[in-house]
Amino acid sequence: MVENRPWLTVFSHAVLIIGAITIAFPLYVTFVASTLTLEQIMQVPMQLWPGDQLIANYTQVLTGGSTTGSKAAVSSMLVNSLVIALVIPLGKMAISVISAFAIVYFRFPLRMFFFWMIFVTLMLPVEVRIIPTFKVIADLGMLNTYAGLTVPLIASATATFLFRQFFMTIPDELAEAARVDGASPMRFFWDIVLPLSKTIMAALFVIQFIYGWNQYLWPLLITTDESMYTTVIGIKRMIVGSDAANEWNLIMATAILAMLPPALVVMLMQKWFVKGLVETEK
Amino acid sequence: MAAVSLRDVHKSYTPELKVIHGVSMEIEDGEFIVILGPSGCGKSTLLRMVAGLETISAGEIAIGERVVNDLEPKDRDIAMVFQNYALYPHMSVYDNMAYGLRIRGLSREEISVRVKKAADILELGDFLKRKPRALSGGQRQRVAMGRAIVREPQVFLFDEPLSNLDAKLRVQMRGELQALHRRLGTTSLFVTHDQVEAMTLAQRMIVINAGRAEQIGAPLEVYAKPATTFVAGFLGSPPMNLIPREGKLLGIRPEHLEPCAASDALLTIDVDLIEPLGADTVVYGHVGDSESVRVAARLPAHALTREGKLALRYDAANVHWYDPQSGRRIDT
Repeated sequence: MVENRPWLTVFSHAVLIIGAITIAFPLYVTFVASTLTLEQIMQVPMQLWPGDQLIANYTQVLTGGSTTGSKAAVSSMLVNSLVIALVIPLGKMAISVISAFAIVYFRFPLRMFFFWMIFVTLMLPVEVRIIPTFKVIADLGMLNTYAGLTVPLIASATATFLFRQFFMTIPDELAEAARVDGASPMRFFWDIVLPLSKTIMAALFVIQFIYGWNQYLWPLLITTDESMYTTVIGIKRMIVGSDAANEWNLIMATAILAMLPPALVVMLMQKWFVKGLVETEK
Repeated sequence: MAAVSLRDVHKSYTPELKVIHGVSMEIEDGEFIVILGPSGCGKSTLLRMVAGLETISAGEIAIGERVVNDLEPKDRDIAMVFQNYALYPHMSVYDNMAYGLRIRGLSREEISVRVKKAADILELGDFLKRKPRALSGGQRQRVAMGRAIVREPQVFLFDEPLSNLDAKLRVQMRGELQALHRRLGTTSLFVTHDQVEAMTLAQRMIVINAGRAEQIGAPLEVYAKPATTFVAGFLGSPPMNLIPREGKLLGIRPEHLEPCAASDALLTIDVDLIEPLGADTVVYGHVGDSESVRVAARLPAHALTREGKLALRYDAANVHWYDPQSGRRIDT
């Protein structure tokens, strides 16, 4: 804004500061709680500066989980979450990029029909088809397996659609130049299309990593074995009953641990992520 | 290098939608041919059929001895330069040029030798490591040509390669193209809508209108004796004047009209527009009332400064006659 209106500046700053506090304060409380003993948390009001239990609490959850609720070690949950959060985006991209390539660059019978079929599944997220999907996964004996946790979440119309839109912006001449150069369709895919899609793939990876990491309902349904818990489910399983019965310090430590990897991924890939959303390298 | 034959080539997308209606032409080995026509006339389609990017609906295209109708572009031994260059944006200049050679399985050393040689010819030596987006338009154009040169093809195909350049660069690249052709002597087909490019580059040109070849010949020959009213009206700036006379069309080029005394006038126009161009002046006017044909005359620089009646004469040797119905030339 070029206008110089002091009250507007004060107002907009106030809104921003309140907004930032609203987001940041709960996070801070979570962190502080994860460094206290359970007794300290139960005091009213709870102290708002970090305590001395940081190492003790985190070691406890990483190796042994909570003592009253789930006793599964959070470290193995982190591994499970990581596996899922990696398999889902990679699987999604692998499938969508090829199907989008087929839809954009090949003329085959019923091409648009297949495109719309993929597109229509946008209307059917996991939650809507959860019962039939659970039945299928259960019948296939895939409960408590990585395959069961990831496969139903991999098929993705969103990613296919995004890739399709991106491929349609690649000039036709590029495909023709590659044809004249003697590149077969798959060679064109590997040498030209994939490298050009790098930024959009990075953006998709970030989005889908967080999607995979934050999965709650589906893992909750199909994991009964402690060794297959994801971190998010781990938090849920640590909460066992009444407020006083829960070890909030350990739960908060787990929550902090669950927040770190997505935050890290976003921070590390931020540059690529923004590039993929706003810029096309053509 | 090879000769190229187009034998009654047709292209139709649907039975109703025909874009090329039988074009035949024998292109000699090493010739530089310009395909000239207004936009939408099918000239690019014709070139793309030679390249193998469009199928041939009827007729035959042969490169050398081989009929290439059913061959993939890569098997036709051609190289194409696209209007927007179509460089691979993520590859360096070197890789852009080397890509086709790698696919053909040439050795690393051979590729390096060929790319270096092409880079020398095109003065791209300093840019080999750069990405296309770090190059100027003229440099990109040169990379696109380099990509064609390294393949050492039988035929070069150019699809309006200069139309994205600014006017000055275009003149320069035109010169470089000519020099390149003299040096390599490769058969070349060059599509353009720019008559200056056609006149200056072509050894022979083919003028296309609405999917038909109107005339094939050397540029000056086509200019001197346009076969149809379309060619007469397309070549030259301003184009040939076509004036109805005795049930025929009299064609006379603006530069063949000269001012004269009213008593000697073969043509009197009512001048309403004067365009001084420096070297000469182009005047426009109607032969009769404002409904009648408009005539352009190219006069010496300061020949006329005022609008009004102007008496003009011409030499009978410079007159062309056309049939108004068919548009064909009538040779007397």
